[in-house]
Amino acid sequence: MELAVVSGKGGTGKSSITAALAVMKQKLLLADCDVDAANLYLLFQPEKTLEQVYVSGHTAIIDKDSCTNCGLCMDYCRFDAIHLTEEEVQISGISCEGCFLCSRICPEQAIRMEPEDRSRLYAGNFRYGKMVYGRLFPGEENSGRLVNLVRQQARDIARKNELDLILLDGPPGIGCPVISTITGVDKVLIVTEPSVSGLHDLQRIHELCRHFGLSQTVVINKHDLNPDMCTEIERYCREQGLKLQAKIPFDPQMVEAMVKGQSILEYAPESPAALCIKNHLEELL
Amino acid sequence: MDKQFSIAVASGKGGTGKTFVSVNLFHALEQTGLRVHLVDCDAEAPNDKMFFKTDLVDNKKEIFQQVPVINLQACTFCGRCYEYCRYNALFFVPELRKISVLYDFCHGCGACLVACNDGAITERDDLLGEVNTFVLSQNTALFESRIKVGVHSSVPVLKAAIQQAAGADVLLMDAPPGTSCPFVQTVARADYTVLVTEPTPFGLSDLKQSVQTLSSIGIPCGVVVNKAGLGNREVYRYLEEEHIPLLMEIPFDKELAAMYSGGKIPAAEIPVWKDRFTGLYHQIKEQYGISSRQR
Repeated sequence: MELAVVSGKGGTGKSSITAALAVMKQKLLLADCDVDAANLYLLFQPEKTLEQVYVSGHTAIIDKDSCTNCGLCMDYCRFDAIHLTEEEVQISGISCEGCFLCSRICPEQAIRMEPEDRSRLYAGNFRYGKMVYGRLFPGEENSGRLVNLVRQQARDIARKNELDLILLDGPPGIGCPVISTITGVDKVLIVTEPSVSGLHDLQRIHELCRHFGLSQTVVINKHDLNPDMCTEIERYCREQGLKLQAKIPFDPQMVEAMVKGQSILEYAPESPAALCIKNHLEELL
Repeated sequence: MDKQFSIAVASGKGGTGKTFVSVNLFHALEQTGLRVHLVDCDAEAPNDKMFFKTDLVDNKKEIFQQVPVINLQACTFCGRCYEYCRYNALFFVPELRKISVLYDFCHGCGACLVACNDGAITERDDLLGEVNTFVLSQNTALFESRIKVGVHSSVPVLKAAIQQAAGADVLLMDAPPGTSCPFVQTVARADYTVLVTEPTPFGLSDLKQSVQTLSSIGIPCGVVVNKAGLGNREVYRYLEEEHIPLLMEIPFDKELAAMYSGGKIPAAEIPVWKDRFTGLYHQIKEQYGISSRQR
């Protein structure tokens, strides 16, 4: 089974709750799909068994010696990446999306495409089974494709080791890496918080999951920080026929656990948050 | 001030308080009489609007991307477009004389159009999202980027929002989380970036990634530590070692969290918070001055 934990809004507690689920399951494959800001490896310190180079894309580079500054590439570029500065054609590596078109149409063949190869895919062992995670080099693109590779690798390793649960920790938002994280999973757990932003982003991620026809359930984390907003979120869930799986209380020990490199279930198993997670989320696994 | 000063408020980790800092800073700047434009660049999860009591959209601009349409009558199934496409957006089986566009993967680069020698490819507009403008007062406005649910890339929409917002004294950009394309496309357009973090191992790890990205593109930055008092001292140690200015600390406070989570801006409700965010703006200007002199 594949279970993805997502949230729309960042910082609602996805990774902390994912970590708690991993501890509860004891034997599983854990995949960190937040490749921009991978964090679970900090908690679980996996012992690496695999490191793979991920070529995220290419960037166009102009060879000044053969360029005649004719400007044809500027006309073709759709990403506003090529400009004439001080009578010289220049390519902004930041705006370039690596489509290769300029390199193909340049009459002087003065443009070459350089691979971006600083991102990595990792797999390893940790205290509750196997872990797969990606780290997108800052500023590199195509995070969705790296997520796909993380998931492929996760499935292979899970099959070989007969692990029946793949738990995916998703990135915030509703864009390409999130779509890659949830496509084809069996279940999605949405973690929200009682704030106007939390509700708004819950609506967006719920709509996205519905678009893909996925089975969804909701957790309101830190529910007691704003009781009125919590009521509003509960009402929204009822209206939408969304199952509310749990309301987890705010608990500073969640943060303390992270600082100690542990999950709340390891650090303070009798704390209110830990008990709530144990009582209400176990049936998801 | 004749030139627009652009500030991006960003963070690698989500939920550290980017929007909190953005709307409070915006409110404090509003009181100074400057012309201030706030751009919500988090097109996947835009939240800024909820802090302003307005539902009136003064301008709604839809953002499109050009995508290919293949005329199967004219297509000779030569496969050149398939070879040109770098995004796996074309599905091609020559044996079956089958070709189609996978629109979810298309970046709208136009390469297939150039590749085709048979005039079989034309283009149409595909809706990606919208930029909504809310005029909040004589001197201030909010520009919200918002992608349509199901769209993969937010970059064209957030770029359009930043472009539309040009012409202020201060342009404040509330950046999307992460350190990949949407983040880079926002901070690359800033004179100075404020990174908001929290003093935890996750916050620190993501802060380091953001700092690395910013230094590689040459944008100066300073840090606001939010939820101070939780976590540990590692973030502070890192800032000292790397000589990154600590611009402000916001203590973790249940009352503040409750007020803000209900859609209220503390700087608008409590005078001391207005003063603190005015102070943050002065800090930013000062640090920006120092970094420009160093360059």
